[in-house]
Amino acid sequence: MGTGTVLRLEDLHVGYGQVTAVRGLDLTVEEGELVALVGANGAGKTSTLLATAGVLTPTRGRILFRGQDITRLPPERVVALGIATVPETRDVFPDLTVRENLRLGGYVRRRDRAGCARDLEALCALFPVLGDRLDQAAGFLSGGEQQQLAIARALMSRPQLLMLDEPSLGLAPALVDRVFDLVAGLRREGRTLLLVEQNVRQTLEIADRAYVLELGRIKASGTPAELAARIDLASAYLGAGRAATPGATAR
Amino acid sequence: MSTGDLVQFGVNVLSLGSLYALMALGLVIVYGILRLVNFAYGELLMVAGYTLYLLGGGPLPWLVMAVLAVLAAVATSVATELVAFRPIRAKSLTAMLITSFAVSTLLQNAALLFISPRARLVPMPEVFSESVSVAGSLVPVRNLLAIGVSVAMLGLFTLLLKRTVLGIALRAAASRFRMTRMLGVPANLVISVAFAISGLLAGVVSLFWLGRIGSVTPTIGLEPLLVAFIATVIGGMRSLTGAVVGGYLLAVVDGGLNLLLPAYLLEFRDAFTFGLVILILLARPEGLVRGPASGLRAG
Repeated sequence: MGTGTVLRLEDLHVGYGQVTAVRGLDLTVEEGELVALVGANGAGKTSTLLATAGVLTPTRGRILFRGQDITRLPPERVVALGIATVPETRDVFPDLTVRENLRLGGYVRRRDRAGCARDLEALCALFPVLGDRLDQAAGFLSGGEQQQLAIARALMSRPQLLMLDEPSLGLAPALVDRVFDLVAGLRREGRTLLLVEQNVRQTLEIADRAYVLELGRIKASGTPAELAARIDLASAYLGAGRAATPGATAR
Repeated sequence: MSTGDLVQFGVNVLSLGSLYALMALGLVIVYGILRLVNFAYGELLMVAGYTLYLLGGGPLPWLVMAVLAVLAAVATSVATELVAFRPIRAKSLTAMLITSFAVSTLLQNAALLFISPRARLVPMPEVFSESVSVAGSLVPVRNLLAIGVSVAMLGLFTLLLKRTVLGIALRAAASRFRMTRMLGVPANLVISVAFAISGLLAGVVSLFWLGRIGSVTPTIGLEPLLVAFIATVIGGMRSLTGAVVGGYLLAVVDGGLNLLLPAYLLEFRDAFTFGLVILILLARPEGLVRGPASGLRAG
């Protein structure tokens, strides 16, 4: 595991039209870390991720990737530098086969044909459901299978930083556990990950550090142990103005 | 109907259908990615036609002129996107639609002003006016060539879309444009390639389209645009397969009406065609072939 800061967000502001979703966010992700960004719906988690991915343009602040300013780069440049994103909507290409989805995931290193073919095989071993359905249209996969495909597709680019937006969203409880196991497994392999989640309890079980986001600002940050001691996580998850339910999990 | 009539009908429908299919494909490849019906599409055929006319009488062999004409259509298509559509792409779809009308008018008026409002003869190879005997009936070689070239183009196109990373990216961009970019495919590249393919298809079609008429006018693009538009509406605007199906189907309908309608109704053939289109759309509003689940348009 190397050292050094992979991602640094400085005073990040992101807005859509009149609405400001993120107001002055500072965050770092170190090499080999699994950093979680948790918070209620509308706290600004997804906006932070999409701004980092180059899909949204910040209204203020800077985004640094290994010291390089990527604040205003378009998404295609960001992924070429080594940041892969699995969006909340998964966005598998429904009319493309599983194999074609994966092949496109390796677009940024398409000249390395042999390496791409090797990675595709390795990913099929890691995700057997995908290996069995390589030539099926991705639109026919179940929600859990599509999530696995979206993660595998992102890994095809051999990212230095993998960003996952609510990978457990909308999955059956058994599948949610599998997705968290999978993310923990990626962390153990030494990958650097930024995980956005509403499922606070399970996220803190696997994260090295976490940031709790509320209404576009960081409310607390630290290791899971520090956070558990400091704040009422359930209320952070549910957001202001709603009753806290102990042990609440996402959807 | 004798065997000879049948052969003639078959070749006519197939050759016309092949051209319709290519034209529809050229329209739909851009529509799939930008959700833009490019109304300047017909003018690409016009540009190829005038290129042939301007090169005619020169020292070049016909095949070289034809290649240059097709390249002129490709260049016009790509340049149109670069100059007219790219600056307003992120703004609104309506703006792009109106811009495409403007480009269409601009190109037509340029032809009126700098060349002539009257028809200009385009050079065509001798083989285009020859006929061969197939199963006892005379068939224009031009029509057989149209079928052969179109089928080859469709094959090549399918190969490009299925086997190359760029082709896969084009198909992906038609359903999830943002995600395609998030995998590293540059938006401008996908859009430029789509316009280049659109221009290539229009250019190739124009050779055969002009071969039937023999001359080019500033308004020659209107009919092919209309044909391509109807074919894509029948087949389904969201599907490349649909465009091809729609193209051939439209040719069958047109050819069938030619054969079946009594002489005094023939001049109203288009009314019958459109009537049939309305019936098809009533039954299947999305067209015959359903496309991928709708994504956001490119911006």
